[in-house]
Amino acid sequence: MAVVNLQNVTYKYPLTSSLVLQDINLQIEDGEFVAIVGPNGAGKSTLCYTIAGFVPHFFKGEMTGTVEVAGIESHNSSLHEWVLNVGLAFQNPFNQISGAKYTVFEEIAFGLENIGVPRDEMLARVSEVMKLTGISDLADRSPYSLSGGQQQRVALTSILVMQPKVLVLDEPTSQMDPIGTREVFGVIRKMAEQGMTVILVEHKVEWIAQFTDRVIALKDGKILLEGPPRDVLSSLVLEENGFGISRYTSVARKATALNLWKDARLPVTLDEAAEGFAHTTAFSPKGRGE
Amino acid sequence: MKIEIRDLYFTYPTGVEALRGISLNIESGEQVAIIGQNGAGKTTLVKHLNGLLLPTSGAVQIGGWDTKNQSVAKLARRVGYVFQNPDEQLFSKNVETEVAFGPRNLKLDKEQVQILVADALAMTELSDKTETNPYDLSPTWRKMVALASVISMDTDIVVFDEPTTGQDAMSITRISNVIKTLRQRGKTVITITHDIDFCAENFERVIALSQGKVLLDGIANDVLEQEEILATTYVDPPQLTRLGKRLGFKKTVRTQEEFLTALKKERSSYLSSTTNSS
Repeated sequence: MAVVNLQNVTYKYPLTSSLVLQDINLQIEDGEFVAIVGPNGAGKSTLCYTIAGFVPHFFKGEMTGTVEVAGIESHNSSLHEWVLNVGLAFQNPFNQISGAKYTVFEEIAFGLENIGVPRDEMLARVSEVMKLTGISDLADRSPYSLSGGQQQRVALTSILVMQPKVLVLDEPTSQMDPIGTREVFGVIRKMAEQGMTVILVEHKVEWIAQFTDRVIALKDGKILLEGPPRDVLSSLVLEENGFGISRYTSVARKATALNLWKDARLPVTLDEAAEGFAHTTAFSPKGRGE
Repeated sequence: MKIEIRDLYFTYPTGVEALRGISLNIESGEQVAIIGQNGAGKTTLVKHLNGLLLPTSGAVQIGGWDTKNQSVAKLARRVGYVFQNPDEQLFSKNVETEVAFGPRNLKLDKEQVQILVADALAMTELSDKTETNPYDLSPTWRKMVALASVISMDTDIVVFDEPTTGQDAMSITRISNVIKTLRQRGKTVITITHDIDFCAENFERVIALSQGKVLLDGIANDVLEQEEILATTYVDPPQLTRLGKRLGFKKTVRTQEEFLTALKKERSSYLSSTTNSS
């Protein structure tokens, strides 16, 4: 069953004339892990805000079409109702940290306090999720004393602890170190497998291909392509439209011209690239150097 | 302009020991990337280059100036610093004024300021946005304004703190072009980055930090192939380095050109070996 359902959604911000979203139709299934990719200005963050109810409830502006999340329709509900179903992690963690709390632990408990979760349950949930996202050692630090990547982990944790049905993440790893990024993708994947629906805006193509179920390519407020990660992310259409593509894809495309890549499908991940190049040469897919 | 860092230790007032004995020389005109896990001390280190932070012990010298004896304003003539978050440094009502703020403060004459501003705007592809308020621009373009406002100071040393964060492919290409231009002009460019593929394609020397210390320091191919050591500071080798390794290439590769050259070589040696054996 589709937990997120957008029908003919068109939107513009107040006092502007351009449409940020144009006739978006999108259904996302319960427990699906979907990535949204696109150049800056494509409308990715606005789409996140729309699914999270900030558009139109907080940002106002003009919206047409219908947005339904977890059975609630956007026009006929309050932001409060949405918050209980949908969690949103902002692109910039500085915008999310409350400023009302002295420690990371309290910061993460903030949302639960606001919805009146009993103290014992709150303490247990906060500790558990902090362990999951690997920030237990930051519990007593001030949220503002952390590095950018650490703050992003705190921001993500403070959403996960709310156990939303639908998790919307706007570039949650942009300031994280590479292996930290991979770990966080793993955590998000795990949440999806436990039934959480995840919508993720990301530029890191290799990890999108490895971890997500479906990719939606957005440009100029419209869906340009959507489908299985490898098909979408290796498409020439994306490269021609200024999307980020993996080095594996671009080097295989060049190798095709040199007759060094034979597969009609281009690779997006290391495994796909290694396998394809192994067919071109004598290399075994597992690699002889290992 | 040479940078000399001697046995640098830094402890924040909160007691966090961010740098624990760093010694480095960076020669004039070098292009250096600094990589390493969140909290490794990368930003703390570069904030020592223009005196925003002063060593708890040890010393930092910029072209012979000890940062302890110079004001930040004076060091700003030698070291330009682009913050991680552009919103921390932008405040003017339009792009041109923003970019002119630095050179004006250097008390240059009007014509010189104009030349520097025009040059910085051209380099960052902002020439058509001079009248726009920086906050009416998308975050991508705000980042370019932040770059331009530092480039216009024409310092010998330019420091970028995570320039590619949240940027799309076109913007990353634009930033690469800026770095290339600065290199051609003989500037020293020091860049903190988590984008290892960007690092591989734009920098000749790579320094990996871990827990306030230098973990690795050397030419890019030598540093970026150290998969196990890099993993201790939460960094993966670049995509094509990993692929080359997986395919058993004898030489470390990091760029597409290097990869394709190595692939051709491996293939022809394989073909000749199969011809010989048949």
